[in-house]
Amino acid sequence: MGHRSAGEPWNDPDARPYVELRRVTKKYGEFTAVDDVSLKIYEREIFCLLGASGCGKTTLLRMLGGFEAPTAGRILIDGEDVTDVPPYERPVNMMFQSYALFPHMNVEQNVAFGLKQDRVPKAQIRERVAAMLEMVQLGEYAKRKVGQLSGGQRQRVALARALVKRPKLLLLDEPLGALDKKLREHTQFELIGLQDKLGVTFLVVTHDQEEAMTLASRIGVMERGTIAQAGTPAEIYEYPNSKFVADFIGSVNLFEGRLVEDEPEHVRIASEEIGGTILVGHGISSAPDATLWAALRPEKIAMSLGAPAQTDNVARGVVQDVAYLGDLSIYVVRLPTGKLVRITRPNLARHAEPVERDSEVYLCWDAASPVVVTR
Amino acid sequence: MQGLLRRLERAGVSSRSLVLALPYLWLIAFFVAPFLIVLKISLSHTALAIPPYKPLIEWTSRSVLEIRLDLRNYLAMFSHRLYGDAFLNSLKVAFLSTVFSLAIGYPMAYGIARAGARARGVLLLLVVLPFWTSQLLRIYAWVGLFKANGLINSTLLSLGVIHQPLTLLFTPFAMYVGIVYSYLPYVILPLYANLEKLDWQLVEAAQDLGCRPWQAFYKVTLPLSRNGILAASMLVFIPATGEFVIPTLLGGPNSLMMGRILWDEFFGNRDWPVASAIAIVMLLVLVPCMMAYLSIQSRGSDA
Ligand SMILES: Nc1ncnc2c1ncn2[C@@H]1O[C@H](COP(=O)(O)OP(=O)(O)OP(=O)(O)O)[C@@H](O)[C@H]1O
Ligand SMILES: [Mg+2]
Repeated sequence: MGHRSAGEPWNDPDARPYVELRRVTKKYGEFTAVDDVSLKIYEREIFCLLGASGCGKTTLLRMLGGFEAPTAGRILIDGEDVTDVPPYERPVNMMFQSYALFPHMNVEQNVAFGLKQDRVPKAQIRERVAAMLEMVQLGEYAKRKVGQLSGGQRQRVALARALVKRPKLLLLDEPLGALDKKLREHTQFELIGLQDKLGVTFLVVTHDQEEAMTLASRIGVMERGTIAQAGTPAEIYEYPNSKFVADFIGSVNLFEGRLVEDEPEHVRIASEEIGGTILVGHGISSAPDATLWAALRPEKIAMSLGAPAQTDNVARGVVQDVAYLGDLSIYVVRLPTGKLVRITRPNLARHAEPVERDSEVYLCWDAASPVVVTR
Repeated sequence: MQGLLRRLERAGVSSRSLVLALPYLWLIAFFVAPFLIVLKISLSHTALAIPPYKPLIEWTSRSVLEIRLDLRNYLAMFSHRLYGDAFLNSLKVAFLSTVFSLAIGYPMAYGIARAGARARGVLLLLVVLPFWTSQLLRIYAWVGLFKANGLINSTLLSLGVIHQPLTLLFTPFAMYVGIVYSYLPYVILPLYANLEKLDWQLVEAAQDLGCRPWQAFYKVTLPLSRNGILAASMLVFIPATGEFVIPTLLGGPNSLMMGRILWDEFFGNRDWPVASAIAIVMLLVLVPCMMAYLSIQSRGSDA
């Protein structure tokens, strides 16, 4: 259900990016935290950086905020090279991962800090701060010292403090991590609404892929200092460009194999893991002898007790495990080769066809479903 | 069973209160008791005796218990301008010394707190290094520097910057240099401890919200190091008020300080009661300072 801004500027070669990273590298001594990253983010986008802990998300954000100087490369905001511009002169606000709230001020003073700094008239400050606190549901906490707030409340103060200045670019480092599920969802939609209303460009760091899917116009998946893939949530999910991305977003079954049939319209991959071949309904570009992987999402595999009609893309196995999650169930099926395959099925009817542990089942999938990745 | 529990509990409570009592016992033995003795002497009458004052409480021949409180020692302080001047001068010197020490010590502490981990250790070591020699020796070293034919004058003379030796020794300048120099570590260490704990991201956040570095310092770093500044001020102000050695050796005979008067009354005039009265009055001035400090600090910490 990814959020879309008008059009898809990243597909338009003439569109002017609002933020541009040109081959940015950041080294700490010998260690490369961000490795030759080039990235374009367009106005009014919500771009989510997604990646495992320590992959360089915060470092990238800090370089955009001006707190860290790149070892190499240039950073442009709104067409201007800001690589050497100090933080207080960038049209950017950042919400810090550790919130960085001022302990000697109360909630209201924290939120008003940036506006006072900009010499906004007093009455206007009061109004904007009150409205912002209302939005993050902290109206009644205005006079509290930040030391007396819960983690989630602090997070919301930090969010309010960054948002109240209405920056052109807002950097959010794990903005919703400490919120409970309900408030998180609520705030996610608030963020999207705000983005529509104020025209802010968001760069959001998160390691929650569901959050990225909900918020993002595009997602950048980071892997050890590099951007492994950037694209819309659907692109990333349906067409991952590597095992890493396929595995990182959602869950996936990977079958290692080699090309045995290479046609422009389809390919066939022989995989020992599946004990047969996989028919893929689109052509690929790969060296004939290279090892490849067919990636198959759990929800794209059908499971039945009786033999299916198709002859290609069928496998047999024994259900080893069933997990009932309410809206759907997860099945783990063991193939004769020993390979475990993960399948999800929505629980459509209350008393569906019983597939229980140790049932012998057929698995089948459409030729359009597998994605072939070469690394 | 119940009785045993109760007895255990009673034992537990008593050992706990014993631990709690220790600091109080310490205070009573080394602060309250001496204070009472000094208070007693300050109310006695001077006498040519050993000790050189008359006892406060006496059995007279008619078997009457006589308690004589001599308030003249306190009144003496108001009868001579000397005391009042010395008193004000002491407070002034202590205040200015505190200001100078902070002005020099704060940037140093800030620099150390921002230095790399290895440099930090070396710098801290350098700060406490002077403690390895006696303070008296170090003050005499300053005398050697400031003398008419001392190192500073002879260097300047030989460089031709000056043609006659400057009067450095026995000036207020020399005295302030001595005091600030001596108390600098007491300023740097608490400030360092405070600044080292400061979350640098707060300063970054302030800059992110539009503050130039100096504004971020003024609005974030400075208010958050208030407790360090207060502690450092107390550590300079209180001992500097009663400072005796440095004003004598560097400030010369014109530097009228309470510590000096106290010394003269005690050892020169052997007037213990007046000396004690001076000490009590000084305490009466400094204790409110201390209380104000504690209340400000506790107000800060529950914030
Ligand atoms: N100041 C620094 N000095 C040395 N190494 C650093 C420094 N800051 C970050 N690193 C290293 O750079 C790498 C990336 O750090 P970064 O904080 O960007 O990770 P992250 O993706 O934000 O992780 P997380 O999700 O845990 O916040 C980490 O391995 C970290 O150890
Ligand atoms: Mg991080």
